[in-house]
Amino acid sequence: MSSAPYETVETDVLVLGAGGAGLRAAIAAAEAGARVLVVCKSLLGKAHTVMAEGGVAAAMHNVAYQDSWEVHFADTMKGGKLINDWRMAELHARESPERVLELERWGAVFDRTWQGRIHQRPFGAHTYPRLAHIGDRTGLELIRTLQDRAVHTEGVDVHMETTVFKLLEADGRIAGAIAYRRADGSLVLYRCAALVLASGGAGKMYRVTSNSWESTGDGTALAYEAGAELRDMEMVQFHPTGMVWPAGVRGILVTEGVRGEGGVLRNKDGERFMERYDQERMELSSRDVVARAINSEVLAGRGTPHGGAFLDITHRKPDYIKTKLPSMYEQFLKLANVDITKQPMEVAPTIHYAMGGVRVDAETGAATVPGLYAAGEVASGLHGANRLGGNSLSDLLVFGKRAGDAAAAEAKTNPKAATAKLDQREIEAAVSALTAPLERPGGESPYRLMAEIQDVMTRYAPIVREGSELQAGLEKIQELGERARVCGTGGSTTRAFNPGWHTAYDLRSMLVNAEALLRSAIERQESRGAHARSDFPKPDDAQARVNYIVEKTDSGMRVRPEKIAPMPGFLAQAVQHSYARYTPEEIE
Amino acid sequence: MPTEISNLDLNIWRGDAKGGELVSYRVPVREGMVVLDAVLWVQANLASDLAVRWNCKAAKCGSCSAEIDGFPRLMCKTSIAEYGASVTVRPMKAFPLIKDLVTDVSWNYEVNKQIPPFTPSEKDMSTSEPWRMQQNDVDRVLEFRKCIECFLCQDVCHVLRNHDLKQQYYGPRFMVRIASLEMHPKDVLDRKPLLKGAAGVGYCNITKCCQEVCPEHIHITDNAIIPLKERMDDQYFDPVRAVLRRLGPKSPK
Repeated sequence: MSSAPYETVETDVLVLGAGGAGLRAAIAAAEAGARVLVVCKSLLGKAHTVMAEGGVAAAMHNVAYQDSWEVHFADTMKGGKLINDWRMAELHARESPERVLELERWGAVFDRTWQGRIHQRPFGAHTYPRLAHIGDRTGLELIRTLQDRAVHTEGVDVHMETTVFKLLEADGRIAGAIAYRRADGSLVLYRCAALVLASGGAGKMYRVTSNSWESTGDGTALAYEAGAELRDMEMVQFHPTGMVWPAGVRGILVTEGVRGEGGVLRNKDGERFMERYDQERMELSSRDVVARAINSEVLAGRGTPHGGAFLDITHRKPDYIKTKLPSMYEQFLKLANVDITKQPMEVAPTIHYAMGGVRVDAETGAATVPGLYAAGEVASGLHGANRLGGNSLSDLLVFGKRAGDAAAAEAKTNPKAATAKLDQREIEAAVSALTAPLERPGGESPYRLMAEIQDVMTRYAPIVREGSELQAGLEKIQELGERARVCGTGGSTTRAFNPGWHTAYDLRSMLVNAEALLRSAIERQESRGAHARSDFPKPDDAQARVNYIVEKTDSGMRVRPEKIAPMPGFLAQAVQHSYARYTPEEIE
Repeated sequence: MPTEISNLDLNIWRGDAKGGELVSYRVPVREGMVVLDAVLWVQANLASDLAVRWNCKAAKCGSCSAEIDGFPRLMCKTSIAEYGASVTVRPMKAFPLIKDLVTDVSWNYEVNKQIPPFTPSEKDMSTSEPWRMQQNDVDRVLEFRKCIECFLCQDVCHVLRNHDLKQQYYGPRFMVRIASLEMHPKDVLDRKPLLKGAAGVGYCNITKCCQEVCPEHIHITDNAIIPLKERMDDQYFDPVRAVLRRLGPKSPK
């Protein structure tokens, strides 16, 4: 196929993704003087960040005076089972209060304490009440604030409903990307001097997920194909509480805020089963523990009628529930015909978040390919083996800003990258791979292949994994890869807003993520955080300080262990220190 | 649930700006199915190129707006069980059609750019202390901040839908936006000239249709538009003030 005509658009910093991380990066880069272009698959303001409900974690000690960045750091590291990038965890804990207050100065509105400070709610595995929130719509508040800030910041432009399908390099560094517009299938070649990936996670490779159609792991796949290293890909988070019934809404998130506000988990016998799994923290244990507990109860035959656990908040006053959890109240009433002020909810684990992703430098978010940066869910390191609730929103703000700053600086030092000569053959090959499904009207349906990928991952890489199953899953994913390579669009050959064609490309991203997950999970022969193995049920000391790194080689995907550098003494002390427990009576 | 039906005849508008028609698809019904599930089932099984926007599937992002049996609603929040054996889904009418259920809503984003953003006082900006606000003051704007930008209110507004006065009136969504800024405890900018001028709040004649279709139950007319109209009227159309303005010293405020 000859080279398709495309429009060329030039900028300094290209940002992929318009969720919290992408917008925060765009604002930072523009404020540093760069021209910034944000490219996103959906409309502006619809990114997955809107789904974040509970709040943003920041040690502002507005509610518990004992809180400090050290405690937040320690909680994050312990939650991540110590395989986190400790420098990222330190920066995150130190800087998130400033990022939250800055958001307020940009117009964000948070719930208040009686003294008029930002209120903070308790959340799983956070020692102190730490989550700044507005009801249960914190993500929406965050994205709307950043969206308005971004569109009113000079130098920021947004291209909506545009999907990047290949990163382009020149002279060994990132120099652009090529994309198609969803509306008409036309192509755009972006030239840039630095590129920030902020494209979110890959939850869509599972059948039951809280993620939207967008979460197909594009960023990790693009980075991998460009030669960047991925890290901790075996670590995906099952959120303990997704809706289970009716079938149509299965997987939709039920905020941890319900438990933060006192919600209690019970099995079908009415037993508060968390007593048996984490007597101290109970429902507010870390997500990996609660998710596995619910899973175990269901497997032991103590599940609810639709295969989950009961989550009960009815002991709270109806008005309180409606104020603090308004969208949960609405969601259950509308979608499940359940009044949560009177009846318990039925919940079960749902795929929610990828802790793993692009390997980045802690200070700058730089990937291992020059000119490439990553922030937010697509990056890895901060959360280690398990993410604490509320740490994703603070992650977006802290590392979105850092990546944006660094990308702008990079664009200033290396402006020539944006005009360096590109490899035309590489572009042509990428374009013909993208358009090939349109020329195969009789090819296999991408929707069907997607469903099969989801079935394979759900069956072979579930909440508790097993070596031979993972191996079998890997073989299935490789077979699916072969089929996806020659799939069609489901019948239609139009380029005009053709979701079948779009899905055919999404499959490629999902398959890279699925393969990286399975291969890393096979290598990590122990149970740690979100990664549980029935054949290796205990943590293994030899792997306690190891990340698994995924890289592309000539012979395919390779996974290798890498030792984590030891923590400096003052951080190690912060982790080991025993912090006073929070008792609400002391305050207010 | 009123009736147990096993199949649904889902009529979906198919076509683009040049023209199109309703196409009927038979969809097997599952318990608890919403309209978006049915549409996506059609897409996966019968019409691979059916264009539809959706994201969160939990009524939080406001992407899947459409007219369901003539009423503007979110497809992800509309249960099939509310309808009989057939239901018709059309794209929003107030915006130019791109394809099938997808419309060009970019005008809304242009409008948003024209509204001066959140502007705190010099004093608030210069202090290094974290701001204090009271919950009561926060509660006042909370309702407006719930907006998920589904644009259903814009779709139903007759000023935009029937009279296509997009150049004269920003529409209900942006009255809510302006209200959220004007009533923000820390905002000090005066947007009344904007309301009277380009935003065109005077075009609203309070039929409250927008309020009726809002999936977030924002009292758009009662709590946003009417108070904004009052503020504008106070400044520009109060006869007593007009006289005072003529007699008294410059600018009574």
